[in-house]
Amino acid sequence: MSEREQMQFQTLIVGAGPAGLACAIRLKQLDPEQEICVIEKAAVPGGHTLSGAVIEPGPLDALLPHWREQYPGICVPAQRDEFRLLNARGSRKLPLPPGMKNHGNFIVSLGNLVAWMAEQAEALGVELFPGFPGSEVLFDESGQRVTGVRIGDMGLNADGSPGPNYTEGMDLLAETTIFAEGCRGHLGKQLIRHFRLDADSQPQTYGIGMKELWQLPEQRLEAGHILHTIGWPLPGDTYGGSFVYALDDNRLAIGFVVGLDYADPCLEPFELFQQFKHHPEIRPLLEGGEILSTGARALVEGGWQSLPRMDMPGALLIGDDAGTLNVPKIKGTHMAMQSGMLAAEHLHEQQQTTGYHQRFLASAAGKELHRVRNIRPGFHKGLWPGMANAALETLLGGRTPWTLHNHADHEQLHPLAGQPCNTQHPARSLPPRDRLASVYFAATEHEESQPVHLKVADTELCINQCREQYANPCTRFCPAGVYEMVEDEQGLRLQINAANCVHCKTCDIKDPYQNIHWTAPEGGSGPNYQNL
Amino acid sequence: MKILVALKRVVDYNVRIQVKPDGSGVAVEGAKMSINPFDEIALEEALRLKEADKAEEVIVVSIGPEAAQQQLRTGLAMGADRAILVQSDEAVSPLHAARILHTLVQAEQPGLVLLGKQAIDDDSNQTGQMLAALWGRPQATFASKVALEGETATVTREVDAGLETIAVDLPAVITSDLRLNEPRFVKLPDIMKAKRKPLDIRPLEELGVTPPPACQIVRWRAPEPRQAGHKVETVDELLTALKERGVL
Repeated sequence: MSEREQMQFQTLIVGAGPAGLACAIRLKQLDPEQEICVIEKAAVPGGHTLSGAVIEPGPLDALLPHWREQYPGICVPAQRDEFRLLNARGSRKLPLPPGMKNHGNFIVSLGNLVAWMAEQAEALGVELFPGFPGSEVLFDESGQRVTGVRIGDMGLNADGSPGPNYTEGMDLLAETTIFAEGCRGHLGKQLIRHFRLDADSQPQTYGIGMKELWQLPEQRLEAGHILHTIGWPLPGDTYGGSFVYALDDNRLAIGFVVGLDYADPCLEPFELFQQFKHHPEIRPLLEGGEILSTGARALVEGGWQSLPRMDMPGALLIGDDAGTLNVPKIKGTHMAMQSGMLAAEHLHEQQQTTGYHQRFLASAAGKELHRVRNIRPGFHKGLWPGMANAALETLLGGRTPWTLHNHADHEQLHPLAGQPCNTQHPARSLPPRDRLASVYFAATEHEESQPVHLKVADTELCINQCREQYANPCTRFCPAGVYEMVEDEQGLRLQINAANCVHCKTCDIKDPYQNIHWTAPEGGSGPNYQNL
Repeated sequence: MKILVALKRVVDYNVRIQVKPDGSGVAVEGAKMSINPFDEIALEEALRLKEADKAEEVIVVSIGPEAAQQQLRTGLAMGADRAILVQSDEAVSPLHAARILHTLVQAEQPGLVLLGKQAIDDDSNQTGQMLAALWGRPQATFASKVALEGETATVTREVDAGLETIAVDLPAVITSDLRLNEPRFVKLPDIMKAKRKPLDIRPLEELGVTPPPACQIVRWRAPEPRQAGHKVETVDELLTALKERGVL
């Protein structure tokens, strides 16, 4: 292979999200002379960012104190919290867990916030390159030290050969590379395997979050109202729930999260979300409104006991690339930002990556994660045992002398109970009609002539073993309808509609055989989220 | 020879645009913005002409808000030599844009002006033609092939009947169609270099251009969604259905 073009920086950050940008900004604040490069796979910062999102403003106040005066994006102060348990016909009000009291917090579009943070970083002199995904990690000759990241090639033909506009991805080298790709980053996954960063931690667990932004008729919403629900339509053994956030200008953010440790191979997270919207107390809110944008993204749920080691020679893993989200609070932004700022402070003071993991665990963010470590795994036995355990853990402030275990999500599916999946669902009237109609609102785009970025190692497995045991769950858990089993002259086969992919990473996580590998497509491809 | 290329900042073609609920415009808040794709093609053609030693300098020009610097920087990263932003927070009409470009053309004296056949936001398809008229120079619109030889440009145009090849004297205005070329990908080091290339910002008011009588936009409205059709089984049913609707 010919020598690739190279560029050298002091610090290279992969991913312009809350963690990566907080890190870049803090590094520049501490040392304005430092050369920092941030690469981002979305065409514009925030384009692939999706979150609820109610955020705790503490870290943002510490990082960019002027944000309260200058922030131009969607930002509504939290007013009233409500927590309800749904059944098919109605609901019951539940006491508000302390982690879900949002007084002083803000409902934002994380995509907006990230775009603004990117501007702040650039104003400080950070070199920010949206539209450039990292395709692989570069190591030194010993393979024991990270030296940088190779950028993905542009203009490849579907068979991987160079097309007429082929542009070879260059090698970005750095003294320290910080991986901040968000949940289940594909380079982070490589690093965890390469350095066995999870040798002393439990398996990481995840959820799939889907979100829609609606424009509603006048006077239906009370801006700042925050509703969370659990229960219907989720089966009792499946973790998850909804969020319904009233924004300004008659806009509503509505979404649904399903824990990816679900057992039923027939479960369809997207369908559950749509059914939820038709609940008698939710549907009147949406009727007559229109969808502005939609999207989906996996989120990290493993917490403290699933955190891999976050430092390694030449590199750090921060934010949800490691998994710093606080599940009981359903918030990750403040944690991701803290992990990024802490990484900057550590590198500035120590001039090395060693020690960052311990430092994070000992920090306020690490302690916050430790306190709530047993709440999410408590739901493994179902909703009610989970609620009882959560109440106990909350009462004791996490001082229980044990730590509950996590299990890898892909091992949790039960084989089919001899019957085919029921594909008949109650009729729905609210848009979107189906997953394809939903993807339309995600404005996702992939140059069709490029190689398929979703690598399925063994497609024979799909038509034989997986079909018999699980009836191809990828065709149901993907919120974008990427995977289809089709039968034509050549027989039954897996069809991958890669152009629909919204980069949520669910397939990489939940496939029971770990047969699907998410890789980065051509730079700038993927969803074009607007205000998510 | 200098080539002047006009780039318009538009909402990206992938973005699903929405009309604001009060009908006062299109909601672009948080939307991805790009170079108008036809203008990007025009720039690519200018760069190829420069690389083939047919031109010495490529200047990119935009008329738009402060943020349009992003699109000009992208143009510089693709390979343009310098940029001019005529800063205006208000959208300008095609005639206004043509007058502004004409002012710049008089100052810069380019041998060729390349621009997209139309912008994908308002689909006007007027600016290039109006500029040629104001400038008093030939125009070659909807170009799918451009060849320069001495003082002449031979341009293949995409017209309704097929392809038409014309020769125009330079200086001239050429507007690009979709098939003219496929623009290059920008490279990371070129983005860094582009930050140091000259970008001249001129407030629109200081240009002394007379705005044409403004066309006032009364209200914006999304097209009515298409009603679902229904299938008929037989010719008789079709005839009955057509008669019911009074079309037969």
